[in-house]
Amino acid sequence: MKIRILAFGIVKDIFGQDNITVDIEDDADTERLRTKLETQYPRLKELQSFMIAVNEEYAQGSVVINESDEVAIIPPVSGG
Amino acid sequence: MIEVELLSETLDIDHCIKQVFSPDCGGIDVFIGTVRNVTKGKKVIRLEFEAYEPMAVKEMQKLGEKAKEQWPVQKVVIHHRTGVLEVGDIPVIIAVSAAHRDAAFDACRYIIDTLKETVPIWKKEVFEDGEVWVAAHP
Repeated sequence: MKIRILAFGIVKDIFGQDNITVDIEDDADTERLRTKLETQYPRLKELQSFMIAVNEEYAQGSVVINESDEVAIIPPVSGG
Repeated sequence: MIEVELLSETLDIDHCIKQVFSPDCGGIDVFIGTVRNVTKGKKVIRLEFEAYEPMAVKEMQKLGEKAKEQWPVQKVVIHHRTGVLEVGDIPVIIAVSAAHRDAAFDACRYIIDTLKETVPIWKKEVFEDGEVWVAAHP
């Protein structure tokens, strides 16, 4: 399946755009996605950390991803 | 009452404070974040704030709800900026009212501290000789 991934902050710089489309196994979860993205974009591993959000909620542990989900990469936040 | 807003315009201090006034409150605690002119000895030219807007609003709403669960507070306002801010500008205002001051102080502090950890908003610091996404790297 193809999933669209939203990028913010430094991840936008790493991807070179504010969203990318990733081809991933149909039963993939957020941990599989993390590994795939880190392989494709090694600079992600240099970050302090990053979270994955699915449908505007932080994925705690591994969360199964569906094609229709809104997935976003959340680098360390720095609001306030 | 919880009022959460993510705004691209100048934040309104008066509005935020007036919103939390209530006859059953004995005090109001307000935190106003301001853009500082220096970071680790380097002169800051401006900050650029970016947000994952729908999720940031949701997460700020959760902060207000959690604060109301933990402390007997009456009203909570959380306003946050996006876009370009200059030195002295206001990126965030938090106002909390409660019957007694301890709850207002504690809830206000909880909200700003947790906002900085969980709300998907990012700031880029722009210096004379470069720029950096705050907290991105170890």
